[in-house]
Amino acid sequence: MKKLMFGNESIALAALHSGVTLGIGYPGTPSTEILEYFSEFGGRAQWSPNEKVALEVGIGVAFTGGSVLVTMKHVGLNVASDPLFTVAYTGVEGSLVIISADDPDMHSSQNEQDNRNYARSAGVMMLEPCDSQECYDFFLEAVRLSKEWKFPVLLRPTTRVCHSMSIVEYEDKEYIPVLPIKYNPDKLGRVMIPGYARPAHRRLREKLAKIKKWNETSHLNKEITKSEELGIITSGVSYLHVLEAEPNASVLKIGMCYPFPEEKVREFVQRHKRCIVIEEGDPFLVENCRYYGIPVEEKPEMYRFGELNVNRVRRILKGDTSPEPPIKRGRPPRLCDGCPHRAVFTLLSKTNCIVTGDIGCYTLSVLPPFQSIDSCVCMGASITVGLGLRHSLPPEEAKRVVSVIGDSTFIHSGIPGIVEMVYNPPPTGHIVIVLDNNTTAMTGMQEHPGTGKKLNHEPTNQVVIEDVARAIGVENVVVTDRISVFEKALEESLENNKTNLIVVRKMCALLRKKQQKNVKQEVIGDKSDVSTGGS
Amino acid sequence: MSQPAVVNIILGGIGGTGVILSSNIVADSAFLAGYDVRKSEIHGMSQRGGSVSSDVRFGEKVYSPLIPDGEGDYLVLLHPDELENNLYRLKPNGVVIDISLIVGESRNLSLLNDEKYLPVNQKNFNICLLGALSNYLPIPYECWQKAIFLNLSKKVHEQNRGVFEYGMKLTKAFSIK
Repeated sequence: MKKLMFGNESIALAALHSGVTLGIGYPGTPSTEILEYFSEFGGRAQWSPNEKVALEVGIGVAFTGGSVLVTMKHVGLNVASDPLFTVAYTGVEGSLVIISADDPDMHSSQNEQDNRNYARSAGVMMLEPCDSQECYDFFLEAVRLSKEWKFPVLLRPTTRVCHSMSIVEYEDKEYIPVLPIKYNPDKLGRVMIPGYARPAHRRLREKLAKIKKWNETSHLNKEITKSEELGIITSGVSYLHVLEAEPNASVLKIGMCYPFPEEKVREFVQRHKRCIVIEEGDPFLVENCRYYGIPVEEKPEMYRFGELNVNRVRRILKGDTSPEPPIKRGRPPRLCDGCPHRAVFTLLSKTNCIVTGDIGCYTLSVLPPFQSIDSCVCMGASITVGLGLRHSLPPEEAKRVVSVIGDSTFIHSGIPGIVEMVYNPPPTGHIVIVLDNNTTAMTGMQEHPGTGKKLNHEPTNQVVIEDVARAIGVENVVVTDRISVFEKALEESLENNKTNLIVVRKMCALLRKKQQKNVKQEVIGDKSDVSTGGS
Repeated sequence: MSQPAVVNIILGGIGGTGVILSSNIVADSAFLAGYDVRKSEIHGMSQRGGSVSSDVRFGEKVYSPLIPDGEGDYLVLLHPDELENNLYRLKPNGVVIDISLIVGESRNLSLLNDEKYLPVNQKNFNICLLGALSNYLPIPYECWQKAIFLNLSKKVHEQNRGVFEYGMKLTKAFSIK
């Protein structure tokens, strides 16, 4: 079979063909569509409240011998890093493939961290696909490697791999999920008390040494031999830019960047007069070369920022460090004109509040005409950063602080912040505003525990935000869909020195439109306006 | 018509103007015509009313999914305001295909409400511009039709065939530089 596919689509197809027992994750651009495709293709897929939960459920499945796909964006792996570092010690019984979809140039993210660093620091193998064909092939290989070594594998596509289409050749296969039948205990291997973890760490390093040896001759690392003058070492989508920018160079494409194929690289470097590493983001391959004493040229620091492309690769090869023409980014995104939560931001701007914001559409209210958000750090930080402001500012100033968070983000990591607010209330109390639009809007309208629907939109148990807040012990909880009620509640809360949570519940305008369209599906040419958001 | 080894098409617009759908149709047509194809797009925050663009490249062999700056052959513009953002990506004598083909120099989208342009309207003019683009590309008509059918719901197939053919009759695209 031959098909034009997105990277995300081909990962999902490979998951289906390899018999993944469960696909699990939290939405995040550019990773979101992987589980949606997997579900559409007939696989079992679930959204978790957050990435840590997703990875831990995945570890459980893999402990039983099941085959697991866990998906998240790069910053999601920060949330899931706690289990990641220890599952490297325990290993797994079945297979565990974790997708970390990185976002160089921050098309839809708060930072452009390079998650290859996680592979090295956690001690987990990592594969970097360059296009849809490799997404398919590398996923299958990742499952095979995970099973063989009883060990997790990280697969790192980037935005340009996830959201680009290219041709994939594959053999169509029936979906036969791996279904374990009983639990085989391994207390020494899976209970990480210090006495068991010390030998586990040694086992991890021994395993990595063996995998490194295997990687020296692995087919994952591809070499194109041409000129002896110039050799280029590269990985991921940069490989494609390199092939176009310098067709006459010899190229070593690193498919598995960790454990680093030292001898393979050394031998390649020895055969070429000039050897340069062309990689997006951090100098990861370069640092590995340096560690092993392999002399290579690296890109100038200015190319660490943003994505690479053919033009930039040409500049790097020429050693051109003159200022680049500014990137024309066009019209910036903004809070939708029809967003039912706009009135809240209009009001917050008027009331002169200090607003700690969070990750989601509402972050866009930092832009004109509202300019109402004062901080945005990471998922859930609105509540906790707001508490910090309240703790340290003098009372009159502290009273102006409010935290704004969305429904999906509240469930992702807002709940511990509510616990903190109840446990360590600032003297002036605090106000948390939950803008509930009944969906994970920014990433393209995914369900979450608060919507009461599963990934495939079928009904399930619903987590009710205000009930959670009341159960934790928030003193004043208000739920409304009317701006006048909200205004009054906000006024009172700003003065009452209590812990307050105000839920403003109004459905996302795009979701409403999408639901209407599902009933009457005949509009032409504007499918995209309800497709994906970001973050 | 002579074509370079790789044909580079940029589609530009804003969220909601059909950039993604249109680029899927171009990519599918080229794929159905037997070419190597790569397409890139930016999802994400751009959907909140921001600029959206997509690169489609096809030929015997395509490497990078991104069109290098200054190497675009065609720019299909689905919103007149996006010309400035995308123009620098075209090569000298690159061809711009936009709504002026249908309504003239005013580039006023609301003119499309006029019945005289039927079956073209404000919602489907992207398909019309693809019809105009098709005049320049070595992709058979049948492949375009099949790609349109793949990407649109069955109910509107016939209407869009008409819209596409309307576009095929528009030939006054303008070259820049």
